[in-house]
Amino acid sequence: MQYLPHTKEDIKSMLEVVGVSSLDELFSSIPENCRFDGRLNLPEPMTEWELDDHMDSLAGNMAVSPDYKIFIGAGSYTHHIPMSVKYVTSRSEFVTCYTPYQPEVSQGTLQAIYEYQTMAATLMGMDVATASHYDGATALAEALLIAARKKKKKYVAISSLIHPHYREVIHTYFSPTQYEIIELPYLENGRTDLSQLESGDEFGALAIQSPNFFGCIENLKNAADIAHDQNALFIGSYTEAMAYGLLKNPGSMGADIVAGEGQSLGIAKSYGGPALGMLGSKKEFMRMLPGRLVGKTTDQDGRPGFVLTLATREQHIRREKATSNICSNNNLCALSAVAYMASLGGTGFRKLAQLNHDKAEYLKSELKKAGGKIPFESPTFNEFVVRFKNGFDKKYARLKDKKILAGLPLATFYPELENHYLMCVTETLKKEDMDMLIQEVIS
Amino acid sequence: MKEVIHNSGLVLDEKLLWEKGKKGRIGFSIPPQDVAVAELDPELVGEDPDFPDLSEVDVVRHFTRLSTWNFGVDTGMYPLGSCTMKYNPKTNERQASLAGLSEAHPFLPESLSQGALQIMYELEQYLMEITGMDAVTLQPAAGAHGEMLGMLLIHAWHSKKGNSRSKIIVPDTAHGTNPASAALCGYKPIPVKSDENGIIPVETIRELMDDETAGIMITNPNTLGLFEENIQEISEIVHAEDGLVYGDGANMNAVMGIVKMGNIGVDIMHLNLHKTFSTPHGGGGPGAGPVAVKKDLIPFLPAPRVVFKNGQYSLEKNLPDSVGRMTAFYGHFNVLIKAYSYIRQMGPDNLKKASRLAVLNANYIKEQLKDTLHLAYDRPCMHECIFSDKNQAAHKISTMDMAKRLLDYGIHPPTVYFPLVVHGAIMVEPTETESKEDIDLFIETFKTIAKEAEENPDILTSAPHVSKRRRLDEVEAARHPCLTG
Repeated sequence: MQYLPHTKEDIKSMLEVVGVSSLDELFSSIPENCRFDGRLNLPEPMTEWELDDHMDSLAGNMAVSPDYKIFIGAGSYTHHIPMSVKYVTSRSEFVTCYTPYQPEVSQGTLQAIYEYQTMAATLMGMDVATASHYDGATALAEALLIAARKKKKKYVAISSLIHPHYREVIHTYFSPTQYEIIELPYLENGRTDLSQLESGDEFGALAIQSPNFFGCIENLKNAADIAHDQNALFIGSYTEAMAYGLLKNPGSMGADIVAGEGQSLGIAKSYGGPALGMLGSKKEFMRMLPGRLVGKTTDQDGRPGFVLTLATREQHIRREKATSNICSNNNLCALSAVAYMASLGGTGFRKLAQLNHDKAEYLKSELKKAGGKIPFESPTFNEFVVRFKNGFDKKYARLKDKKILAGLPLATFYPELENHYLMCVTETLKKEDMDMLIQEVIS
Repeated sequence: MKEVIHNSGLVLDEKLLWEKGKKGRIGFSIPPQDVAVAELDPELVGEDPDFPDLSEVDVVRHFTRLSTWNFGVDTGMYPLGSCTMKYNPKTNERQASLAGLSEAHPFLPESLSQGALQIMYELEQYLMEITGMDAVTLQPAAGAHGEMLGMLLIHAWHSKKGNSRSKIIVPDTAHGTNPASAALCGYKPIPVKSDENGIIPVETIRELMDDETAGIMITNPNTLGLFEENIQEISEIVHAEDGLVYGDGANMNAVMGIVKMGNIGVDIMHLNLHKTFSTPHGGGGPGAGPVAVKKDLIPFLPAPRVVFKNGQYSLEKNLPDSVGRMTAFYGHFNVLIKAYSYIRQMGPDNLKKASRLAVLNANYIKEQLKDTLHLAYDRPCMHECIFSDKNQAAHKISTMDMAKRLLDYGIHPPTVYFPLVVHGAIMVEPTETESKEDIDLFIETFKTIAKEAEENPDILTSAPHVSKRRRLDEVEAARHPCLTG
């Protein structure tokens, strides 16, 4: 076995040093009745080459581009990832190290994360950003917990146009707490209905996703004003980080905390994970942020360097008084994100975001011509809802057979939205791909 | 003094990203504008993100240089206790990057994602077999996330039975994240001191366990690297009061194929795929923390669950008693592939052998170094052993000094100052993938350092000398936080 370097002689001489006669005897401290005597019922070992064949066949049993044209986003987006990003982030010095507890030999990871924190904070419009979280859903749940603890009011308010899975995670995280969650309905224009908040001051936090699950860009400024008028914190969220290459960021619209998903920033979809939970705040909430933070300092020779910092917030120091039990960050994903953002640069980021918007607008207008209805009139970024005629589900199935996935059926999440589909277009789909879909819809 | 061999001649400096580049450069191949530009309401449009413009060469050189300042398992021995820094097989990376898997959208219809679902289903089966438990969820994103789920499951199980419980027992030998995980779910952690042998005293549990206590969190082998010998009796006491036993599987690497936790009273446990099952740590993540449970807890597992019926894999979402959802989709699928790939390559016998060799390596180090460093518990250890700086105190040399000196010799230090039970702890977990020669070098190096501590302590207190940076001012970093540039 290529990962087990011990020769028979090694084992023999090491056992002698330990003073036992067999490998079994090493386990003498385990009582007999705790031991498992049998052989694990697992498949026999494969060679590397057999494994390649096996995995190729499993991977072959999946629908991916370019074979399939997939018009689905909904929290996981298809964007081009430069080979240069994949290449540098797969260097084993980044991949095979632990959390940087020994900063003298971890400056690579630490500087990269400091750069990530800086660029992430810029993108979100926040003063600080953490070193990353598991995903957008858990980052948002953590953000709401910060606000709930800070304001100590009866409930937190979240938009029903936050990704349905994110709302499930929030409910899970809040189930052992005393705080209640209210979900705000949506308006006919595809934005969140905030009217019930205008009179109530029992909520400690308001969370809005923009672009929201229908792809509509929310009026964050208005939401922030309402939250602040009622002495609540305003949390901006997103599933599509690419949008902030074009849109005003949540910080500039009044958000106190921002929590979103950074998978679009150079991270493969990988059937939903791992992704990149982005979490940032204004400076005043910095010490309440859960998770890792990297800070700048100097070494004993006065040279600049980086360390993990503000650890007194964390679980291993504060134990049960910690604000979160989080122990890791999705570091490699943050590394991909910073390499991706650096590759695009400010100029390229804007250009790519604009292209995403333009392509989606093209599909939107052409589908309208083809008989689709656009039920929500608010402006969108690279996703939008279209309503097709009754019976489109049969055509949807036929298109699937033709290797086209024509959006995500919304009735699964919003039962009132029969025949509504959430369509996504990114820079990876060409005009001819969209034209093909439009032809199929018309025919 | 032993000659220090190092290669610092090639350690190059590198600026911060925004100190490089020039407006108008790009490191990305942007597709052509094949549709008309559509204007968005100017009210909604912001400024360009304030990022530097860099070429592809700029970006590649930048991150390549940064990478050379890191120490990884591929660089050398990394014996971090409680972290299981074993070698990460390269074939795992190949499998996880196959386009069919890495490019798969999580909302693919089930009929078009059979490959991914099969991997998840089979991995669950393997982990059930290894732990002796009845079901597994792969959703938790990390070990601490698995612990949190474990607490939610305990909470849900008691609620369903109408039990109202406010406390949970957490021994001092349990994993560091345990108290915070318990507190997050509204439980008051009740600490228990380990006995003179470093394990949980049964009588204390008998006294503490009552009908207000939800259960106990046991790390086994514990964070002292010792097997909790009384686990069966402790489990019986906890179960008799209608409590549950949570097993922290962080140290599972010691007992694969040797102990099945499900057979010795554990009701819920998490595994760290990034420890025991060889997926890389990535400088702090992403890992994966699947949770295994006994039959009675299955209804409470997070949704969705992967099921296999009539030759088809599917996702069961209709689970009325479920605690809900832990991550946006199905957990860290890409990490799961690597663990799956590892188990398929190892097979049953090599997994067991890995545990046996991990334990052999740790006991060998314990024997070879116990005359040099003070050994906290002089008894057979599992996959890790714990020393302290007691012997070096006379020379005013601390654990930290020795750790930093190891860096000069090209070896990553063990875990230091943890567990808290041992003052000045040095926690060594070599793992099975270190050869005898590398372990001998580690032992010899530590002996050299101990000698230096007597003869030339300054060289330790001023270490490291040849790393990219020398000791960093952490106090200043915390006092005046500078988190962005």
